[in-house]
Amino acid sequence: METLRLIIVAVGGQGNLLASKVLGEAALLAGIPVRMSEIHGMAQRGGVVESAIVFGEAQSNIISDAEADILLGFEPAETLRALNKCNRETVVITNLSPVPPFTVAIGKGAYPDLAHIQDLIRAKTRQLIAFDAVALAKAAGSAMALNIVLLGALLQTGRLPITAEQLETAIRTKTKKAFVDNNLKAFRLGYEAAERATRST
Amino acid sequence: MHKLLIDEPGAERLLLGNEAIARGALEAGVAFATTYPGTPSSEISLNLFQVSQQSDLYFEYSTNEKVALEVAAGAANAGLRTMCMMKHVGLNVAADPLMTLAYVGVRGGMVILSADDPNMFSSQNEQDNRYYAKMSGLPMLEPSSVQEALEMTAYAFELSEQLHEPVILRTTTRINHSSAFVRLGPLKKPVAKGRFNKDPFNYVTVPAVSRRLHVKLLENMAKAAEISESSAYNTVTGNGTLGIVCNGVSYNYVRDAVTELDIAERTKILRVGMSNPLPADKIKQYLNGCEKVLVVEEGEPFMEEAVKAFAQEAGLTLKIQGKGEGLFSRLYEFDPAMVRRIVAGYFGVADIPKQKLDLSDVPEIPARPPNLCAGCSHRATFYAVKKAAEGMDTIYPNDIGCYTLGFLPPLSMGDFVICMGSSVSSACGFSKATDQKVVAFIGDSTFFHSGLTGLVNAVHNNHNFTLVILDNGTTAMTGHQPHPGVDMDALNMAGYNRISIEAVVRAVGVSHVTVVKPFKIKKSIDAIREALAFKGVSVIISQEICTLYARSQGILKPRAFQVSDRCTNHRDCINELACPAFYLEGERVRIDADACVGCAVCAQICPENAIVPVKSA
Ligand code: SF4
Ligand code: SF4
Repeated sequence: METLRLIIVAVGGQGNLLASKVLGEAALLAGIPVRMSEIHGMAQRGGVVESAIVFGEAQSNIISDAEADILLGFEPAETLRALNKCNRETVVITNLSPVPPFTVAIGKGAYPDLAHIQDLIRAKTRQLIAFDAVALAKAAGSAMALNIVLLGALLQTGRLPITAEQLETAIRTKTKKAFVDNNLKAFRLGYEAAERATRST
Repeated sequence: MHKLLIDEPGAERLLLGNEAIARGALEAGVAFATTYPGTPSSEISLNLFQVSQQSDLYFEYSTNEKVALEVAAGAANAGLRTMCMMKHVGLNVAADPLMTLAYVGVRGGMVILSADDPNMFSSQNEQDNRYYAKMSGLPMLEPSSVQEALEMTAYAFELSEQLHEPVILRTTTRINHSSAFVRLGPLKKPVAKGRFNKDPFNYVTVPAVSRRLHVKLLENMAKAAEISESSAYNTVTGNGTLGIVCNGVSYNYVRDAVTELDIAERTKILRVGMSNPLPADKIKQYLNGCEKVLVVEEGEPFMEEAVKAFAQEAGLTLKIQGKGEGLFSRLYEFDPAMVRRIVAGYFGVADIPKQKLDLSDVPEIPARPPNLCAGCSHRATFYAVKKAAEGMDTIYPNDIGCYTLGFLPPLSMGDFVICMGSSVSSACGFSKATDQKVVAFIGDSTFFHSGLTGLVNAVHNNHNFTLVILDNGTTAMTGHQPHPGVDMDALNMAGYNRISIEAVVRAVGVSHVTVVKPFKIKKSIDAIREALAFKGVSVIISQEICTLYARSQGILKPRAFQVSDRCTNHRDCINELACPAFYLEGERVRIDADACVGCAVCAQICPENAIVPVKSA
């Protein structure tokens, strides 16, 4: 298969490392080589966490500027910040529910306007899929399932060399037993949200 | 059963680089492991620690890297397979025993892991520890992938036993913190008990012995050089005339680059996996067929200089370059596109970069700096010290841990940080050299690591400063590892003794010692004021468990606070504490109930008493 480069950006605590793990496991089930790397040094103190996932034969496990095929953002401002990883052909998926940095929360510095964020990304990349993934995660039973909602959307793009069944199996084996049902529901809700978002654009 | 103890040779598992290294050690039958936690090496230790509770493996978190290496040296010379892990700067601490252990050597295989951190994702410098191998005369191995990290770790024990020397396994963050599927090999049962055979004329490094041992080390290095010549880890691929010499993760970027640039046919790649001693003959032979050579290595021109020297010895005049203008930098880490661009430029082929987006119209995105957690007790301590020292001309030497973040405004409680333990010793210097009031900060784990020696120095030399020991009951920064002050019984782990920091501080002769509870703000400020007024060394021990740790252990039952109507909106709370649980709703101050843990520090400093507990309905 051709190499596919996926960047995931999130704020510490949003569960992107688990999302990467689930994706990795699904890739194994699909028989696709996968390499991942993550930077999570200060993550638990509110910083940004970034994971790079490279599917296919490439040997590198990090992704240079402009070389991501897909950008998956767990937080809208962080998605915007990661645009340097994208090119005109990149597909961008983002959660729209903001986690304002502390400075913004206390009125120093402005959070970029959500509509403007979307306009900018849409104008520069091939496709933007954007929706409130936290709301869907809550609908599935827990705000914590945000990461799985976004995996649903990621799968819906059809860009991953992985099937829904493989990903669901990975969710079953890699997420906590008590949350499996919530997570499977979250996965479906994310998938459907991406379908809607794609139709409306 | 721990996932690294699964005995299914041939099975494929998704492992973090650090887990693969731990697994490699288990496949080699490691019996004894020591460490001081440090990112990016921490997960190796964490996994071995967990494994040790289900197997014969002995594991310990030592007080610092020097101690860890010395403990390991004993075990290895009793014949056990031993591993000692640390981050790159940790090897500085352990450098003293390292240099002489190389003379003494080992009986059981010993692997010293150095996790280097190009780009300083979580470190104070980006030193290149390949020079330690050169300086000590020890063999060094460098993996390029997660799978290789596993295999090389296991092999490193063999190599060590073959040479009777410790082997340094050097990784970088991009190996430690990358994941891939790895094929597991069979586990080997550790030999858990050894025996030390007395042999003072080989083990006691008095000058007469060491003079002989240095000769032996050189002989071992010569053997190592022979092994390096034929090592399967020093590989040449391709038979073109464009030479590329590389190591570690750079090898992957080079392979991708030559494929993408379609010059694989024209290149000849030498991947160096055993980087000390370098295979001189192999390299000379390799250079012979090359038109020009590019050396691709992160960090310092370690191989570049050596390769140039080998070329000189062989009378070759071909162009060899690595670092330099238009070429690679000695700064930070590499990335695939950068390597591809420089390879293309050097060999005169066209690069095909992906077009970058024009981002000039993207508005400024607010930064997201790391911050002390909501309810972190360090924030309370810093605040109390700041209040107690109000009006004084102060210097705040700080140390390595979460609390380093206290240097950020509005707390601004950190003026000087260089390495673990340095706050106490630099305070000695500041207090002698200036008339300013010096208040140093150090964490509990760091205190045991190397703060204690500085404190002894301060008492002995009669220095004049206040040391604040931030005792949060764990090693928070690296992921909550235990240290000698931790109550292991509370963690259901028997067989440990707990060292009281207070008793230690008193025992070294500090007469003014006060233990405070930092969430009791007024009391803390009063106690600190008294300590500041004391002439000589005074110590404040600020005791409160790490909030994040308490939360994860279920010890803490968060109780949220809220801002009532009494608030007059002057925002003292936000401006002085900057607790991330605060936010503004419109113009009003609010507290995020999910983030608030109920430390109630803000409630105590609000002059209007406007911050009150959320009533449980
Ligand atoms: S991890 Fe613990 S010590 Fe570190 S900032 Fe959070 S609460 Fe404070
Ligand atoms: S310190 Fe008290 S009164 Fe002042 S803004 Fe904060 S809550 Fe309101």
